[in-house]
Amino acid sequence: MTVMTYAEAARLAVAEAMRADDRVWCVGEDLGRGGVFKQYAGLPEEFGPKRISDAPISEACIMGAAFGAALVGTRPIVEMRFADFALCATDELVNQIAKARFMFGGQSRAPMVIRKPMGMWRSSAAQHSQSLESWYAHIPGLVVCCPATPQDNYSMMRAAIECDDPVVYLEHKNIWMMEGEVDTSLKAEFGKAQIRRTGSDVTLVSWSHTANLCVEAAETLAGKGISAEVIDLVSLWPWDKAAVLESVNKTGRLIVAHESVAVGGFGAEVVATMAQSTTFKSPPQRLGSPRSLIAYAPNLEDKLRVTADMIAGAATKSMESVA
Amino acid sequence: MRNFDVERGLARLTLMERIRAFEETARHAAVEEELVLGAIHLSIGQEAVAVGVTESLRKDDYITSTHRGHGHTLAKGADATAMMKELLGREGGCCGGKGGSMHIADFGVGMLGANGVVSANITIAAGAAHGVKLLGGDQVTVCFFGDGAANRGPFLEGINWAGVFELPILFVCEDNQYSASTKTSDMTSGNVADRARAIGLPVTEIDGNDVEEIATKSAEIIARIRATGKPEFMLAKTYRLDGHTYFDPATYRPEGEADRMRRESDPVSRQRELLQEAGVSETDLDAVRTTATAEMQAALDAAKAAPWPADDTVFNDVQDVGSPAQEAF
Repeated sequence: MTVMTYAEAARLAVAEAMRADDRVWCVGEDLGRGGVFKQYAGLPEEFGPKRISDAPISEACIMGAAFGAALVGTRPIVEMRFADFALCATDELVNQIAKARFMFGGQSRAPMVIRKPMGMWRSSAAQHSQSLESWYAHIPGLVVCCPATPQDNYSMMRAAIECDDPVVYLEHKNIWMMEGEVDTSLKAEFGKAQIRRTGSDVTLVSWSHTANLCVEAAETLAGKGISAEVIDLVSLWPWDKAAVLESVNKTGRLIVAHESVAVGGFGAEVVATMAQSTTFKSPPQRLGSPRSLIAYAPNLEDKLRVTADMIAGAATKSMESVA
Repeated sequence: MRNFDVERGLARLTLMERIRAFEETARHAAVEEELVLGAIHLSIGQEAVAVGVTESLRKDDYITSTHRGHGHTLAKGADATAMMKELLGREGGCCGGKGGSMHIADFGVGMLGANGVVSANITIAAGAAHGVKLLGGDQVTVCFFGDGAANRGPFLEGINWAGVFELPILFVCEDNQYSASTKTSDMTSGNVADRARAIGLPVTEIDGNDVEEIATKSAEIIARIRATGKPEFMLAKTYRLDGHTYFDPATYRPEGEADRMRRESDPVSRQRELLQEAGVSETDLDAVRTTATAEMQAALDAAKAAPWPADDTVFNDVQDVGSPAQEAF
């Protein structure tokens, strides 16, 4: 067990996988200097420029070329720099990578990890802040991960690199420096949630950085005598329906919180699935950003954030209302 | 008359006739029998490019192709019956009936897929060559694309990528002069070959209806790429004798243009004439066509007799993790 940051945890996972398998390589802009967030620091020195490969500012080609290289037997880790920039490579991801195996009748595989740093990062404005995980969860063929802790960023990254399906791997930019204990012997499983805190009154479901805010909210709620269970989904496709169902069956109350826009967000999927599967003591709620655009000025940006207080407030309200 | 190897010339004609017969049979099956359900894009008139370029490729070399990909796929060595079954959406199709004409692929012969998105195969091909280089192989990748693809971003990105990483790839722009129903020259500024020159790739501009010339030049180019590991570019000017799809009458073309091209530049007719001049009898040349037609008719008959794919295969090969076979909803 070692204490490391969220960024260091993923870097260790990548380094270990690259040592174990020559077919694994990384490609993206600025990787030769350790990547824009230093999440590849030290790797260029250890593995050289062929396996930690710089790339032109050609997101479509980074994605497309990595896919082509996967088709002939390599296992690329693709760095998109910002999830927002990955939109330049949407055709390559959605029309090519996600579909190839199916369209070609199982002749090909695309074992790729597509890293897309996501989320709000103070005053980065509308083109460097988005959370678009629900888009990818909507696309058959893709696995979608949104780890929230150093442990999960280590274990999930190892699992993603070993996976033969393409994995969209969304790391939250605001927690690169978050520290936590990492046990490298722990294996992650896609579709297996982390129960971050157990509780009996209300179920809080989240992923990525907002899951950490749910843990904070649960602490606040405990002070008020409300016992909240926090489920961090970690992966959105597949997602751990069984864990959420079991929890909601116990608590009868469900709050889903995420940083992305609430409208059409994955929270709606979680709530709808539970509504089809169980009954509630109070109406389930989802918290997400208003359907507006992320602003530069801090006060404007804050209007769009889901906070621990908001989550605790929603949970408190759910204790008062009746379904 | 050029001095050429008659046997090799006949082999080139045979492959072109097979491609033409495949597509004419498929068109017949689509129009007269309504057996081909989706759109098919015929490469009739463009066969020389596929045949001439792939002649120097090994089975383990790679190609990527476009929505107009039957010729490239057959030329790379794919099985015509499996391809015909795919066009009919049947079990035993090379993609299990899931892809159809536009996603035809045969990884067993290095054919990494046709593509429904114009230009998308260019970055994929660059990546295949990148993968070969990383793995230390000596395979050459050939990327076939149309003139219309040169106006999309992946064209620039993919060619620059191949140049930057010094990849063993030949980009072949098969210029059939039309982007769907639009005359490509009306929508293209400058010469496409100059775009590749500007990026620093050696460029060969070639008559895309002359299979002998294409095969000879491609042999040199592909040998050079295999030896140096560096990318090159070919612009082959040809002509699409049919419409964009089999149901496109292509009335947007100037009157008489297609007839004139069919008379003067059809690569199959040109190769027949060349062989006739070299002493091959008309009977022998007709036999090449008859044999090709019979082969493709047999492929169609086999495809017609094949069942639809089993219903539950719709959930296969989507993904292992979170597979719809376990949870479709």
